[in-house]
Amino acid sequence: MVNYIVRRLLMLPLVVLGVTFLLFFLTQRLSPEMRASLYVKDPRQMGALEEVIREYGLRDNVFKQYGRWLKNVAHGDLGYSPSANMPVSQAIKEYLPATIQLAFVTIVFVVFFGVWFGCGSAIHKDEWKDIVARLISVGGFSLPIFVLGLILLMIFYGQLGWFAPGGYSVQTDVLIHSGMFKTYTGFLLIDSLLNGNLRVFWDVLSHLVLPAVTLCIGSFALMVRVMRSSMLEELNKDYVRTARAKGLNKFQVVYKHAGKNAIIPVITLASIQFIRLLGGTVIVETIFDYPGIGRFGVIAAQQLDIAGILGFSLMVAVLFVLGNLLSDILYTAVDPRIRLE
Amino acid sequence: MINDRILKRIYTNKTSLFGLVIVVFFLLVALFAPLLAPVENPNNAYQLPQKSYQIAPQPPSAQNWFGTTEQQYDLYYGVVWGTRLAFKIGLTVTFFAFLIGLLVGGAAAYFGGKTDEILMRLTDVVFAVPSLVLAMVIAAMLGPDIKNMMIALTAVAWPSYARLVRGDILSVKQRDYVTAARTLGARGPRILLRHILPNAIYPSVVVASLDIGYVVLTAASLSFLGLGAQPGTADWGQLIAMARNWVLGTPGHPFAYWYTVVAPGGAIFMFVLGWNLLGDAFRDILDPRQA
Repeated sequence: MVNYIVRRLLMLPLVVLGVTFLLFFLTQRLSPEMRASLYVKDPRQMGALEEVIREYGLRDNVFKQYGRWLKNVAHGDLGYSPSANMPVSQAIKEYLPATIQLAFVTIVFVVFFGVWFGCGSAIHKDEWKDIVARLISVGGFSLPIFVLGLILLMIFYGQLGWFAPGGYSVQTDVLIHSGMFKTYTGFLLIDSLLNGNLRVFWDVLSHLVLPAVTLCIGSFALMVRVMRSSMLEELNKDYVRTARAKGLNKFQVVYKHAGKNAIIPVITLASIQFIRLLGGTVIVETIFDYPGIGRFGVIAAQQLDIAGILGFSLMVAVLFVLGNLLSDILYTAVDPRIRLE
Repeated sequence: MINDRILKRIYTNKTSLFGLVIVVFFLLVALFAPLLAPVENPNNAYQLPQKSYQIAPQPPSAQNWFGTTEQQYDLYYGVVWGTRLAFKIGLTVTFFAFLIGLLVGGAAAYFGGKTDEILMRLTDVVFAVPSLVLAMVIAAMLGPDIKNMMIALTAVAWPSYARLVRGDILSVKQRDYVTAARTLGARGPRILLRHILPNAIYPSVVVASLDIGYVVLTAASLSFLGLGAQPGTADWGQLIAMARNWVLGTPGHPFAYWYTVVAPGGAIFMFVLGWNLLGDAFRDILDPRQA
């Protein structure tokens, strides 16, 4: 187990180096002038790009240039992102908490509704409830999130006016940048509570609803399936029959006995899905104009902001590899029969 | 044989039959696109005909069955030719990704040792980033057009096939008939080509072909983000991107432009649904433990 974790952690820098070199290699297709922005810290410097190109040797060969980029990264300097109008490291610090917050709320939705629908589906097997849940799960798996997002916007923003796009309302925006609002963690949901400001809390939460519902659809469909088949398997086991024979009521049999065992695969699936969601946020944040890291990545890619793209990919790779490792470890914690080698 | 089992399973299960019907329907639409929606620009059939230069979308009418989207691009034409483009993208990307995966996975399994280690670490690198994110970044660097989008999709799709092929070859390698061939005096390449590959490759080919729905979905996502097909192309993702500006409708009529989302959105939903339903049937057969 410890061996496995150490080996995987040792692989991390290798993998991250591989990803960034691959992308760095691709950037060489772009002109040196475009790449010069990678080294520009002050927007005023953008006028004298030829100087920057000479200073940083942007016409050197790839390996030399990549080495220099790495050295800067090692010093915590990810370059300046023209598309976000700030240094990349600052952009990550500002946008990442919003995305983690979104992924977290989404996974809560996924687990809650997934377990609810999956259980109901298993208990009422082949009745109308089961058929509806299965239809939703097949359909949800095939519904592209950008189509669902637009439809939800039409209904809940256009028609009902309940939820607006964006990360928070204008009033909240003014407040949190005014100095009256203390930033503790960067997570607005937590910070608003620590500031004792419930209005901001509700505002941020209500802006999370539509993106989270949209983002959850694919994982939700998967969760219903897993929960349903897992519950069906448990309900057919001997101990459940014994519990029934003892005269326990339905609630106790289903939730106290079968439910506890059936939920194991759900927990592991949730941890894997949490990581997968980070990929889906790219589209959801773009649709809902949600100020997270995914939208930052998309805008950087659209505007060929190389520093932004490289910084974004570097961060996603680190998160993804660490997250996958964590979910591997969680597997063994939940189910001791699994051994990591 | 496995073929009979697949056919039987598809005919007996209503949902997988439904999936088959959907996929065949789209295949027919793709094949007969020139009859269903006559080409107006012979130089580029995927170029959407523009009815006028008015900006706001127009509802379905006798001339434009599905209505027109922003700048009067015909939605019916877009959905029909978008089907053909979807198959073109799905088949091309899956074919090349599988070919690369077959070569890399085959080489890793056949040579083993250091080659195996290096090639598999290469797949780790691609797996280290969510595929949509990596495809997005590669497509952006190469410049947004359909060809580059297909290159980006291929670049993120091959590693899973490489792993699959490698695993299958390694397990087939241990079978008795391979040992038998070797004792009969067959040489390495002959064993690989005549005995191992034909047996190892079949499940991977099925898995790969079922990924077409997923590839098309990812392609549509890239086009939606503006990193694939460009405005005016008969591409589902691109059409949905154009609908973005109109989802709020007009004051008092929030659903005024519903058709701009529903026409291309419905097409892509049904397409992916068809492949997913079909895929479920195959997956059950290939892996009987997961019923």
